[in-house]
Amino acid sequence: MAIRDETRMLLESMGRLFEDKCTKQVADLAETGVFAADLWAAVAETGVALAALPESAGGADAEWSDLYAALRVAGRFSAPIPLAETMLAGWVAASAGLDTVDGPMTVGPVRAGDKLTLERDGNGWRLSGTASRLPYASSAERIVLIVDGPDGEMAVALDGVAGAEVATGKNIANEARDTLTFAGLHISADAAGMLTGGVSRAALYRRGALARATMMSGALEKAMDLAVTYAQERVQFGRPISKFQAVQQNLAVLAGQTAVAIAAANLGIQNLGHPDPEREEVLIAIAKTRVGEAATLACEIAHQVHGAIGFTKEYSLQLSTRRLWSWREEFGSDPEWAVKVGNYFCAKGGDALWPTLTAA
Amino acid sequence: MATPMFRFDPVELPPEALKIQGEVREFIQEHKDLMGFSKGEYSREFSKAMGKRGWIGMTWPKQYGGHERSAFERYVVIEEMLVAGAPLSAHYTGDRQSGPNILRFGTEEQKQFFCPKIAAGELAFCIGMSEPNSGSDLAATRTRAVKVDGGYKINGSKLWTSNAHRADYAILFCKMAQEGGPDVDDRHAGATQFLLDLKSPGLDIRPVINLLGEHHFNEIFLTDVFVPDNRLLGKEGNGWNQVTSELAFERSAPDRFLVLFQMLCQMVDVAGPNPDKATAAALGKLISQLATLRSMSVSIAGMLGEGLQPNNESAVVKDLGTRYEQDIPVVARQLFPTEPELEAIELYASMIARSTMNAPRFSIQGGTREILRGIIARGLGLR
Repeated sequence: MAIRDETRMLLESMGRLFEDKCTKQVADLAETGVFAADLWAAVAETGVALAALPESAGGADAEWSDLYAALRVAGRFSAPIPLAETMLAGWVAASAGLDTVDGPMTVGPVRAGDKLTLERDGNGWRLSGTASRLPYASSAERIVLIVDGPDGEMAVALDGVAGAEVATGKNIANEARDTLTFAGLHISADAAGMLTGGVSRAALYRRGALARATMMSGALEKAMDLAVTYAQERVQFGRPISKFQAVQQNLAVLAGQTAVAIAAANLGIQNLGHPDPEREEVLIAIAKTRVGEAATLACEIAHQVHGAIGFTKEYSLQLSTRRLWSWREEFGSDPEWAVKVGNYFCAKGGDALWPTLTAA
Repeated sequence: MATPMFRFDPVELPPEALKIQGEVREFIQEHKDLMGFSKGEYSREFSKAMGKRGWIGMTWPKQYGGHERSAFERYVVIEEMLVAGAPLSAHYTGDRQSGPNILRFGTEEQKQFFCPKIAAGELAFCIGMSEPNSGSDLAATRTRAVKVDGGYKINGSKLWTSNAHRADYAILFCKMAQEGGPDVDDRHAGATQFLLDLKSPGLDIRPVINLLGEHHFNEIFLTDVFVPDNRLLGKEGNGWNQVTSELAFERSAPDRFLVLFQMLCQMVDVAGPNPDKATAAALGKLISQLATLRSMSVSIAGMLGEGLQPNNESAVVKDLGTRYEQDIPVVARQLFPTEPELEAIELYASMIARSTMNAPRFSIQGGTREILRGIIARGLGLR
């Protein structure tokens, strides 16, 4: 019920940490391709990245809802680190009995069309296929991939990109998105395992979508804060532009879309780990759909309120909006997830709409 | 962050609310003939049946006919009824705002006289705020009360008064007539509310037919209408504060995004179990909007239960909720074109007719879109 005290404390301490360590200089430097190692070290020290793992696996049995709350803070500060990816990599690895590391990790596949297969090779395995646009793959100390094994889905853990053909890439926020291709890479027996505990490629994809939706809700908080503050400081025609009704009405819409984005992400978070995976999936689909729609509307207004200054590299609004424009497409865009929502409810029919929406 | 953030804590409905959800769904099945799209109208009989079940005035104290249930239980009853298209109009205004305002500002005698009857579904209220020259600008009211022996004499007129022709009482918003003309410095000075018996001599209630050809609105003319002292609500001159509270009760209700719910269901049925991609996406987008609005509304119910006044949050949900509802007929005509006809045999064609014609009022009644965004802007510290 409501927000747990633990969550509130975590949010406050994460907020202080990012305020201190995740400055615009850090974000700017990361965009040149230099990994934000100091920021990563400070975040890793809190233990938040692996906190969801069982204590036996080096975690703290933390609630996923708390970790997603931390992702919202990371999104608010445009943190250029693979925090969501490391959390999810740890989750996949632990389910397959694979080791994790304290350094940055990434996880995949993150694209629905990718194909990765694992074949037996003596005692070990051979990995083939492509993992497209893996976040921060070149900086990751461990890469955890879900692959098709001979008896179903498995996870493999790689120590970095060695042995893969790497095509570096980035999203429009200049966050690394590297495509890895494997042509029969040898994997030792202890670096691969069957998935357990409901972890699957589909579950990873939807948890990734919810991570992006949650980070987006944080980025929207930031964009709104900047726009409201700027409107009160910027004087034109002899008064702050926040005094003009046209600007006020726009900011009211921005605030509404921001509130909606947070609520939509929370709806997905509330249903994480629901015993019915279809229900978890549809609520995350609703979250990514609604947050994506909010981001599109809100970015437009945040920029409009800022005028020309918001269109510069120097001013920090673009740190948030370029991420929003990137993240709304990652792990499935809002129109793609909307199709899933529509299909789910159309299959059940109109009479089932309300009972299904309101089911616990 | 410097900017105030609106609060929508994630909330799950407690067990007692889920229990009542089941009871309401059974009740709806039993009264199926009264339910349906556009039937969400006026039935004294249905209001009495709801009163018997204890579903009006649910959160009020028992000593005034209430049931001391939680804000969540009340929320669930209302949303289930709205979704079913139940005829709530006869008691809804009293339940939502008149009763709560009487409990907040009324005398002991008023609370005992009005609230149990409202809760029983036997006494219907309407809203006496708007006037020909006082719509969004409520402070421009021209209806005037003069103190006379034993009460007040009131002259003026009210407009857009929904259901005045079939309600029993109105909470009338007006101003005390001032010596030497109105106070130009304080537009809220002298504002006063009265509990007006709609059978009072001197009242002339005339229909205003809406663009669907239906009679909901009325214009009320008051000519030397006498209201006794014991029907003054709250204090003379405190009316602005009181009407603001009444509007907050009005705007926090979940009825700003569930009016067209049955049309959305119909669209899902017309789409069929295997819709094409564009249809699935358009419906998925609407359903995602609805699911989010609902979770925000449950969150507001939680805040009301904690005794908070989520006025900003309510304005956000109403603004977004009316936008969503106005989009429903727009999306419908894009997905499944048909010529709208109010009395069409085909349910969908009549729904699209009714929803298209009703859509403009969603962002006008209970505070226009511009007024609501002004409230939100004030909440952001911009005004």
